[in-house]
Amino acid sequence: MIDKRVASPAEAVADIPDGATVMIGGFGEAGSPIELIHALIDQGARNLTVVNNNTGSGEVGLAALIKAERVSRMICSYPRTANSTVFPELYGAGKVELDLVPQGTLAERIRAGGAGIPGFYTPTSVGTPLAEGKEHRDFDGREYVFERGLVADFTLIKCRTADPYGNLLFNKTARNFSPLMAMAGEVTIVQADEVVTAGGIDPECVVTPGIFVDRVVEVANPQQESDLVRRGVSYP
Amino acid sequence: MTAIGWTRDEMAERAARDIPDGSYVNLGIGIPELVASHVPEGRQLIYHTENGLLGMESLPEGAEGEPELINAGKKRVAAMRGAAYFHHADSFAMIRGGHLDLCVLGALQVSEKGDLANWSTGAPDAIPAVGGAMDLVAGVKRIVVITQHTTRDGEPKLVTECTYPLTAPGVVDRIYTDLAVIDVSDEGFKTVELAPGVDHAYVAERTGTHLINGIGP
Repeated sequence: MIDKRVASPAEAVADIPDGATVMIGGFGEAGSPIELIHALIDQGARNLTVVNNNTGSGEVGLAALIKAERVSRMICSYPRTANSTVFPELYGAGKVELDLVPQGTLAERIRAGGAGIPGFYTPTSVGTPLAEGKEHRDFDGREYVFERGLVADFTLIKCRTADPYGNLLFNKTARNFSPLMAMAGEVTIVQADEVVTAGGIDPECVVTPGIFVDRVVEVANPQQESDLVRRGVSYP
Repeated sequence: MTAIGWTRDEMAERAARDIPDGSYVNLGIGIPELVASHVPEGRQLIYHTENGLLGMESLPEGAEGEPELINAGKKRVAAMRGAAYFHHADSFAMIRGGHLDLCVLGALQVSEKGDLANWSTGAPDAIPAVGGAMDLVAGVKRIVVITQHTTRDGEPKLVTECTYPLTAPGVVDRIYTDLAVIDVSDEGFKTVELAPGVDHAYVAERTGTHLINGIGP
């Protein structure tokens, strides 16, 4: 029987190599897989390209990964957030590159990548600096810009409920990019607040079908970024 | 300095008055957020937040909220009865696919052709951040701006050509400032309504390009 469960975050991220492209779910702290990110910091992989909407806050989770100088390039839409000082400092010092992508284009690039679509045309960013140097094309009298699909070597996401097949349910606005990133990751690793037995999730309600998921690790009562930041925690 | 014109809440109230019952609306951060508090009795608007919720509500007074129920500004919010959660690709399909009726946002500058600049001052030391602004203005059916008429230094925000990097060209339909309601017409900026105690000449003086008098003397 297929069983995608692994014992710990450390085991789940053990084979992520230097230079990997890693998609990390979450919009701000909602959906951020803090325990998987911390396991990745412990594991030591460097020179990572990370895809996330933001750049983390405080000195935990994604911000801690960036602070440890493991990230050489960020692909994101909004690298400024309250309590976000780590990325601005390293970016200012030239230690991390930034590839700025409009949020909807970022989402669609990830969706397309996971769906086997190499690129698409979008009206977003036409006439702005973010469209400079990109292929443009007219459809029905309106101009569009060509954007490439995006895939990753590994995806790290958080969900509320998983089963051993990797079927997933999310929690409220913590869903955000995670179902798309699950599709676009060569290896998709999920931390779940709870893992139920097969049949424990109504098939009509499955949000991410298990085929997009490779590893599931149960992390009951996951840490919350804002709580760690408020307590002044700095990881590791 | 004496206060002249509409307050932030009055600007939001004026904008809210123009929104038809049953509209699906995305509100930007800042004064646009205040619109939700001023919707006239008897109208229901459904609020979209691009991070995956249709049917957003503000938190009830005194409620702490939860860290995984937030809006695009990353503030904690509530979901109405009958709300829906979805992932980012669906959320931006709603935006880019023209399914939302109205987007209300702030501006650094608006040109008389309706060009909008609201994401970057282009300063070399600033970290660029765009979020969903470019998608919203490229896709939502109607785009209106709420902004102070001038900057804190008194520079006009309504201009002939934007000097800041664009969010999108030719997208703004109407502007609500502290001094007036102004349409972006085929001929340029045109007044629709003036704040109490403000005349057309006063507004025109503080506008960085020609302002057509759409009201009369």
